[in-house]
Amino acid sequence: MKRAYFDHAAGTPVDSRVLDAMLPFFREQFGNPQSFYREGDKAKTALDLSRQQVAGLVNAEPEEITFTASGSEGNNLALKGIAAARSDKGRHIVISAVEHVSVQGPARTLGRHGYELTEVPVDDKGLVDPAAVKAAIRKDTILVSVMAANNEVGTIQPLAEIAGVCREAGTLFHTDAVAACGVIPIDVRAWGIDSLTLAAQTFGGPKGAAALFVRKGLRLPSQVEGGNQENGRRAGSENLPAIVGLGRAAELAKVEIASRAVALTTLRDRLIRELPPRVQRSYLTGHPTQRLPGHASFCIEFIEGEAMLLFLDDAGISVASGSACTSKSLKASHVLLAMGMPHSLAQGSLMLTLSPENTDDDVARLLEALPGIVERLRRMSPLYARFQKDPAGYAESLSKEKECHV
Amino acid sequence: MYSERVMDHFRNPRNVGEIENADGIGEVGNPVCGDMMTFYVKVEDGRLKDVKFKTFGCGAAIAVSSMVSEMATGKTIEEALKITNAMVAQELGGLPQNKLHCSNLGADALHKAIEDSQRKKAS
Repeated sequence: MKRAYFDHAAGTPVDSRVLDAMLPFFREQFGNPQSFYREGDKAKTALDLSRQQVAGLVNAEPEEITFTASGSEGNNLALKGIAAARSDKGRHIVISAVEHVSVQGPARTLGRHGYELTEVPVDDKGLVDPAAVKAAIRKDTILVSVMAANNEVGTIQPLAEIAGVCREAGTLFHTDAVAACGVIPIDVRAWGIDSLTLAAQTFGGPKGAAALFVRKGLRLPSQVEGGNQENGRRAGSENLPAIVGLGRAAELAKVEIASRAVALTTLRDRLIRELPPRVQRSYLTGHPTQRLPGHASFCIEFIEGEAMLLFLDDAGISVASGSACTSKSLKASHVLLAMGMPHSLAQGSLMLTLSPENTDDDVARLLEALPGIVERLRRMSPLYARFQKDPAGYAESLSKEKECHV
Repeated sequence: MYSERVMDHFRNPRNVGEIENADGIGEVGNPVCGDMMTFYVKVEDGRLKDVKFKTFGCGAAIAVSSMVSEMATGKTIEEALKITNAMVAQELGGLPQNKLHCSNLGADALHKAIEDSQRKKAS
């Protein structure tokens, strides 16, 4: 039986039209765009076309696009590059509390190396308040970074408003749009975004292909030194098959973004509507409507996410969780904790990310399988036993959660 | 990611439940860590006649609890106190490096339950 796959945020099949565009670049058109002979010319033409296609997706100019190998690399390049280029203007950086680790990591590293970092909180839906960003900006703030949409809870941020606040204050605005770009429309020109990261695998492209948009006129010192590829912003031979795939995926996404969203939203809303009534004490995480079209996320009380994931896997269903045990760091999702979720509840995180290849039947199978699995784990759970014996006492114990010393 | 033995104990955990009027109860971990185990023991003539557990945690935590309960049942108090985390992990055919702390919890919870029974007996 075909598996029901709900972890497209982690990996997604390459659109067959994208794959068709990529294949010639492995053997027939293997040239290096930097070479001064015919093979090089052909490769250069393909590279230029991809750059136009990616620029078109976010309404940028082709020369504003730098290809990278991942969204993480793009975020590192943007934060470290912009911080280095503007260190004479100031040394204060603002990020949100729910940023992806590839933004949080470099920002905190900068915070230990001569820069100051402010993390703006989010509300219980995962939303950043533009007024809070405004309040966090100081005279010496050189960069604000707030993600376009959150990968764990799907919440879409008021990007244009936050960009507006930054422009008014005279600071640069970067957005990690890896989870959003190609799934919801983004216009860097109209919204006044200075820098943006996107990745192909979010919209039917291959892994290992991503891009960083940086507004014309901004200086961005390379973090990988060497040759003069990517206008001196990123050394290394271009991964042309992957870049061609990114370009083709961007071209398709631009045309199909609205129709894909309709299909994804239908499946997403069925999950949001039908899952909580089937599983008592399960809760939607993130914003109920202002969220990515293919993203449904929940917390299931009294059980731990990895155990739920393994039983679902046995039932032919692939899901993700933000629980401590599913993470290599053994820490519960910083996103859920930033939203004020107690640890015990955050451990029951269930994340479902859809693609156009998901069907209503996939959703039905998940809705069918989940209640029994939750019930099985709850029968084993000392937390559930405690809750059943003394609901009030259980609620109180949540407010007194201890530190973990493992 | 997990060995077949771990998956077997996770899928079919032995001795899940609580013991009414248990001689000893031991609880370790908390939800902040992601794992919490409660062990119940019934002692008769210096032997663990019955061992049961309830666990909130990942696949490894559940498998460890099940394995510990199986290893301890029927043992003398002395023998049961000698069960170490390393023995549990070995019986399970190994655990991934980042899950070894789960095996620590299992033996700890059992030993705590035994100590609880000894304390109660003494009082």
